[in-house]
Amino acid sequence: MDIKLKVDASGLSCPGPILKATLGMRTLEAGDLMEVLATDPGSVKDFAAWAASTGNALVEQDSANGKFRFVLRHK
Amino acid sequence: MDETISIVLFSGTDDKLQSASVLTAGAAALGRPVKILLQYWALESFRADRITADHGLVPEAGPAGKAALDAAAKAGQAHWTETLRMAKELGEVDIQACSASMELLGLKHSDLDPIVDGVEGVAAFYVNAGEGQILFI
Repeated sequence: MDIKLKVDASGLSCPGPILKATLGMRTLEAGDLMEVLATDPGSVKDFAAWAASTGNALVEQDSANGKFRFVLRHK
Repeated sequence: MDETISIVLFSGTDDKLQSASVLTAGAAALGRPVKILLQYWALESFRADRITADHGLVPEAGPAGKAALDAAAKAGQAHWTETLRMAKELGEVDIQACSASMELLGLKHSDLDPIVDGVEGVAAFYVNAGEGQILFI
């Protein structure tokens, strides 16, 4: 998987991860993949909602030891 | 559906302004326009000379609440002004001062932090809100 941008939003509380992701997505083009790391437990529902609302696709997500990882594709 | 979120900020304590800035930034990240009207004590907190001063907390915060917020700030949580600036950078966020509150508090536009875009009355606020939701904080 060709990740164009990695964004580490670990340690940030809501809405930090979503804000960093929005800024990161601005630097990318259609089809590009971005990986976001977060520790905010709210980020799981937030990224699902953000993806549905903005049209950017949430193509992968996993979590381990209180860390969450999301892969999003620019629409 | 009108996606614009309109928020009246009335209270000027840091916890309420923090809450409002989080709601604003979240909406901006979703691409929803936000219109903010500053009234009374919230407007006072946007004075250029004291926007980052300590504006206190609502009474129910108590000493334990204050300790929790102080710890979060020490751990690096962004000040509400930073969150609001980021929201403006991310999306369409318009911040207006209520003209009646300006008069009441004896303020001029130049007394306010530049994050405030202008001064308006309540009719302009309602017209700009359209059919969208209005929050009061």
